Amino acid sequence: MKLDDVPQDTSRSFDGQKKRLYALNADGEYTAALSSGWEAEDVVLDQAIEEYNRFSREARQRVQQGLASPLEYHMYAHRMDVTVLAQATGFFRWQVRRHLKPTVFKRLTPRKMQRHEEAFHMTAEQLRTLPPEDKPQND
Amino acid sequence: MTDFNHQQTAHCESGAVAALLRHNGLDLSEPMIFGLSSALTYAYIPLVKVGGMPLLAYRMPPGRIIRGLSKRLSIRFHFERFRCPEDGTIALDKYLEKGFPVGLQASIYWLPYFPESMRFHFNAHNLVAYGKDAEDYLISDPTFEQPVRADVASLQQARFAKGVLAPKGLIYYPETITQTPDLTAAIPGAIRSTVNMMLRTPLPFIGVRGIRHVARHIEKLSPANEHYNKLLIGHMVRMQEEIGTGGAGFRFLFASFLQESAHLLSHEGLAQAADQFTDAGDEWRRFALYAAKMLKGRSALDYGKLATQLRKVADMEQQGYRQLLELKLR
Repeated sequence: MKLDDVPQDTSRSFDGQKKRLYALNADGEYTAALSSGWEAEDVVLDQAIEEYNRFSREARQRVQQGLASPLEYHMYAHRMDVTVLAQATGFFRWQVRRHLKPTVFKRLTPRKMQRHEEAFHMTAEQLRTLPPEDKPQND
Repeated sequence: MTDFNHQQTAHCESGAVAALLRHNGLDLSEPMIFGLSSALTYAYIPLVKVGGMPLLAYRMPPGRIIRGLSKRLSIRFHFERFRCPEDGTIALDKYLEKGFPVGLQASIYWLPYFPESMRFHFNAHNLVAYGKDAEDYLISDPTFEQPVRADVASLQQARFAKGVLAPKGLIYYPETITQTPDLTAAIPGAIRSTVNMMLRTPLPFIGVRGIRHVARHIEKLSPANEHYNKLLIGHMVRMQEEIGTGGAGFRFLFASFLQESAHLLSHEGLAQAADQFTDAGDEWRRFALYAAKMLKGRSALDYGKLATQLRKVADMEQQGYRQLLELKLR
């Protein structure tokens, strides 16, 4: 890649940042260059994020229909899946899968609940409720 | 407060190591550190899943750069891990009070200064902490243009995230560097190690064979699973470009290392090999471009075309590694 070919597509995801790439200058010597983003990268990043957003939207519906516990929504909103949440809490995956059921989640002991609180950095109260729709919950 | 010379790099681990060594009086470029640690690879491991996708790596597993470099240059690194998060924070504060910058491993997801869209659960990010100002840590994160800050609670959460590659509060720093290492003696061994990995690993999913293996896999994808196939192709491109690779899945970084080595060893053959890997890198970028166009729907989804492009890359890389073998560096 030559310096002139370093993409400057001002990617939204960079948040004004630039990232460093290695490219050839006019003399054919490698030099570090700054890129404000590449469209091809944006496409695949958007795709990955949209997949999590779709999961959390679907989870929200299931929670509202009483088919899933709010934990399922929070899991996807935090870009996790059952495997990642199991690792973060130290539960087995089958346990996490059970916690995604509303009846089981409601009766979780404070000790088990605490492990979820620590993994999400949220209070039990927050975990038991769905946040309002327009506010993306990723913190 | 400690003065710390922040420099942005492409990759976090080579960048954090470069920054720590520079602070201790040894100035090596990022490509040199990447090359000397023989960190370049290609591995496709469908049995290990990352976010539901097969593990795909263009470089050796996290930690390899530090250990690889310390082996090649006989620089010893000190490592510390903690069972209890509070202990980890106390230890970090102690180093910083003494004005001693240290490398840390942390999860990207919990680092507050990362843009929202970049935050995924990746536990092996590297950064350097160099000071504390009231409730904030002063951080030199190699993937950012400027030094950044993180509050105590967030950094502790990030350093003690659990799961695959859990950092366990890892703190590291180089022990006293007594003499300037002899790069010219270390380079041939490092290159040989990368070549062996890419050409001679007896597993079909690693090295140049690995690239061809993935080409075959893509060709055989069933059109019925279009959603998953698209995610897989997107995942490949993300691993190649997005995760601080310096472009083309670290191939430009490697080419830059070969070029620097050509100067140090006054070896024309190395410069030619560098050109070969630059060309291979350009073809990797073309693969990413084709894939992105197909995912966006700007061109028809054509698995055969992607496979052909991957085979082209595999051929070019193979030729590059053979070129390096024939140089008979010693």
